[in-house]
Amino acid sequence: MTVTEVSVSLTIDGQEVDVPAGTSIHKACESAGIDTPTLCWAENLTPVNVCRVCVVEVEGSRALVPSCARPVEDGMVVETDSERVQHSRKMVLEFLGSGIDLSQADDLGRWIDHYGAEPDRYDQPEVPAQKMYEEPKIQDDLYIRDYDKCVLCYKCVEACGDDAQYTFAIAVVGRGFDARIGTEFDVTLPDSACVYCGNCIGVCPTGALQFKTEFDMRNAGEWRPEEQDVTTTVCSFCGVGCNLELHTQDDKIVKVTSPADHSVTHGHLCIKGRFGWTYVQSPTRR
Amino acid sequence: MFGAGGGTSSYEEIEETDVILLWGSNAREAHPIFFHHLLKGLDNGARMYAVDPRRTSSAKFADAWLGLDVGSDIAMANAVGREIIAADLHDKEFIAHSSEGFEAYKAHVEPYTLAEGERLTGVPAGAIKEMAHAYATAETAQILWTLGITEHHNAVENVLSLCNLALLTGHIGRWGSGLVPLRGQNNVQGGGDMGSLPNKFPGFQDIGDPEAQAKFEVAWGMKLPDQPGLHLTLMFEAMEEGSIKGVYVIGENPADSEADVEHARTLLQGLDILVVQDIFMTRTAEMADVVLPASVGWAECDGTVTSSERRVQRVRPAVSPPGECMHDHEIIRELATRLGVDWGRPSPMDLWDELRTLSPLHAGMSYERLESEGGLQWPCPDLDHPGSPFLHGWLYEEGLGGRGPAPFSITNFEGPKEQLTEEFPLRLTTGRALDSFNTGVQSNAFASPIRYGEEIDVNPADADRLGIADGERVTVSSPRGSVEMDVRIQVDLPEGLTFTTFHFPELVDINLLTNDEWDPRSGTAEFKAAAIRIEKIANG
Repeated sequence: MTVTEVSVSLTIDGQEVDVPAGTSIHKACESAGIDTPTLCWAENLTPVNVCRVCVVEVEGSRALVPSCARPVEDGMVVETDSERVQHSRKMVLEFLGSGIDLSQADDLGRWIDHYGAEPDRYDQPEVPAQKMYEEPKIQDDLYIRDYDKCVLCYKCVEACGDDAQYTFAIAVVGRGFDARIGTEFDVTLPDSACVYCGNCIGVCPTGALQFKTEFDMRNAGEWRPEEQDVTTTVCSFCGVGCNLELHTQDDKIVKVTSPADHSVTHGHLCIKGRFGWTYVQSPTRR
Repeated sequence: MFGAGGGTSSYEEIEETDVILLWGSNAREAHPIFFHHLLKGLDNGARMYAVDPRRTSSAKFADAWLGLDVGSDIAMANAVGREIIAADLHDKEFIAHSSEGFEAYKAHVEPYTLAEGERLTGVPAGAIKEMAHAYATAETAQILWTLGITEHHNAVENVLSLCNLALLTGHIGRWGSGLVPLRGQNNVQGGGDMGSLPNKFPGFQDIGDPEAQAKFEVAWGMKLPDQPGLHLTLMFEAMEEGSIKGVYVIGENPADSEADVEHARTLLQGLDILVVQDIFMTRTAEMADVVLPASVGWAECDGTVTSSERRVQRVRPAVSPPGECMHDHEIIRELATRLGVDWGRPSPMDLWDELRTLSPLHAGMSYERLESEGGLQWPCPDLDHPGSPFLHGWLYEEGLGGRGPAPFSITNFEGPKEQLTEEFPLRLTTGRALDSFNTGVQSNAFASPIRYGEEIDVNPADADRLGIADGERVTVSSPRGSVEMDVRIQVDLPEGLTFTTFHFPELVDINLLTNDEWDPRSGTAEFKAAAIRIEKIANG
C-alpha cells in the first residue's frame, strides 16, 4: 500500500524538474507547466504511442521520443520546443489532417494553429490526398462510427480491451490505407461482442466514434458545446457509486461522461450509466 | 457480526488481492465498473473462484466455476471451512486473538466432509478442496457476494457462513482481505447508514439503546419510539393481519417487485390508504389514493449517496424537475408541516450537517471535503480523519480496541424452502441483465441494442426432454401462478435449473411465480429459488 517514492531530476527546456521515478516525460512537462499536444494518449489508458504528436527531443537520443510513453531518467535533458520538435509535430499534424477530418478533434485545432500546420498542402489538384469519404455507420440507436474522422489511435481498442472493459469487441483490421477499426468478421455492432458501455466513445479524440444523440444534434445544427453545463453526480443503477458528468443543454441531458481521474470509474462506465438517463426526460414525466 | 453493516474493503484493494471468491454475484453485469477493478486484480495475478448455480458472464473470467445447486451455499461454506481445518490451514493465531466460538464451529462443520459437500452441493469434492486451499493459503483474499446469497429464506445465515471463512483464515481487517456485499442501488448502503432500518438510528446506533435514544430525543426535540419498527416483509404480514391500514411508499414498486406478487397486490388494494411518492406512475402508483410526484434523486436533487465501499459522494441537480415534481425531502417536510410540525426549510447540506452531529461515523465528512476529496469512506470521525479504506483493523489490535472478540456462527444447511416435486420438477432462479434495472421503470426507456426481453433460460438437455425449441412460447407454472414466456436455450445453465430476469413485468409477470418465503432476520424473500414446471402450449 505504501510505496516509497524515488525522485528523479531532469531538465526540461532549461528548467530543473523533480518528479517521482516512473513518471512519463509528458507528465513531467505537465508538472513544469509545459503543455504537450497528444492524440493517442489518455489519462486512463496505457500509452500505445502511435500518433507521434507528443514527441520531444532527448539529449543523446538519435530519434525524437514519444513523451507519453517514455519514463523520465535522472539527468535527462529534454527539449519540447526545439526546431526539430516543432517541425516534427507540425508535419505529423499535417499528415493526419491531410487524409482525416479533424474538425471535431479535441484541442487539435489549437495545435494546428500553434505550429502553423497546413494539412491542405498535401491535397493538391494534381496529387489529391487519399481520403475515405465513407458514410457514417449507424447500426443502432446508441453509437455511430465515422471512419472519415478515424486516425487509428487505438484508444477505443484499448478501452474495449485490457485497459478497462475486457470485451475485445473491436480491433484494427486490414493493412495500410485499408486499416479500419472493426468487429469480428465485420459483423454489425449489435451482432458483435459489443456490450455498449460507450467507453470507446469516451476515449475517442476525434469524434470518429460518437454517441448517436450528439451526432443527431450536430447534424441538426443543435449541438452547442459553448452553452453546455457539466454537472458531476452519482449513477443510480447499482451500488458501485460511479461518478457521472451530465452534459446539459437547454435544461436537458445530452451526453454522459465520467471523470478519468476518479478512483471509482477511471472515466469508464457501463451501458446503464452511459445511456440509462433518458427516462429523466421521458415524455411521461412532462 | 463485526458491528457496523458495510462492505469491508475498497475497490482498489481487489486490484491487489491474491484470491477472489465471487459467490452468488454476477458482477460483470450487475456491477460492471466494480468488475473493472476485479479484472485488474486478475491481470495482476489473482485467482478467482466463482460460486454460482449459473456459469455467468462473471464466472467465465474465473479460474474455476463451482456450479452449486441453488440454495446449497451453507453446505458449501461449511465444507470449505471443514477442509481448511482438516488440512490445518486455519490461522490459529488470529482465531485465538480475535474470535470466539471456534471449537463449537469446528465440531459443527465436522460432518461437512468434502464428500458430503459434493453430495449436498453437486460440486466435485476436488473443486471444493482447491478453492478451500487457495483461500486459506492466500496472503490476501476477498469474498464478494450479491443477491445470490441474500435472496434466500435463510439470507443472514448464508452471510454468516461466509463470515466464518474470513474468521477462520484472518482474511478480514487488513488491506486486500475482506468481505464485500455489492449493493444493488446507489444508496442501499446510505439508506441503512442513515437509519432507514427498522431497528437503527442513523450511524447504526440501536433503537432502544438508552444512550442513543437520549441523544436523538434531545436533537429532535421529542420522545421517540424505543421499539424497532417493521421491515418490508413484516409490513406485508401486518397488512394481512389488518394491523397496518395505511402505507406510504417512497420510490419503490412493490406491486411489481414483491415475490408472490399477486398476494402483495391484493394486500395493497385492501389498505385504507396508499400514498405513493415516485417519479413515474408505476403499477403501485396506479393503485394509490394519493400520488406525490417526486424528482430524480441523482439528476434533479442535491444530496449524498453511499456506495458499496462506504464512500459517501455528492449528487447534484443537473436539470430541473418537470411540472410540480418536488425533491423528496421537500415533500416530507411539507407533509410534516400539514401534520402540524414546523421543520423550517433546511437545505440538503443543513440536513447533512445535522447528521454529522449525530453519527460519529460521518462526523468528519463536510460537504467541502466530499467535494474536494472525491467522496470519503466511513468511518470518518473528524475533519482531520482521512476516511477508512477498510474496516475492522481493530481485530488485530491489542485488546481488540475495547471490543469483544468476533464470534463464529453456527450455520445449518437447509436448502430452499420450496423443494422440487414431481409436479414442479425444475428450479427457477432470477437475476439481472447488463442493460436493465429492477422492474425496468427506468432502464426500459432507452433503446438498448443488446436487450432480449424476458425469456426463460433452459439447459439444452431439459429442452430436449420437454420437446421445446429455442424461441418457443411455453407456459411456466409454480405453485403460485402461471405465465407465458419464450424459451432461450442456454448451455451455461446446468440441467434442472432455469433462469429469468425480472425487468419487464409488463411483458411477463415473473413474480407471480417467485416464492415469498422469507428470512426472519433480514426480511428478504426467496426470489432465487422457486420450483416450476414448463409446458408446451397446445397448438390451436
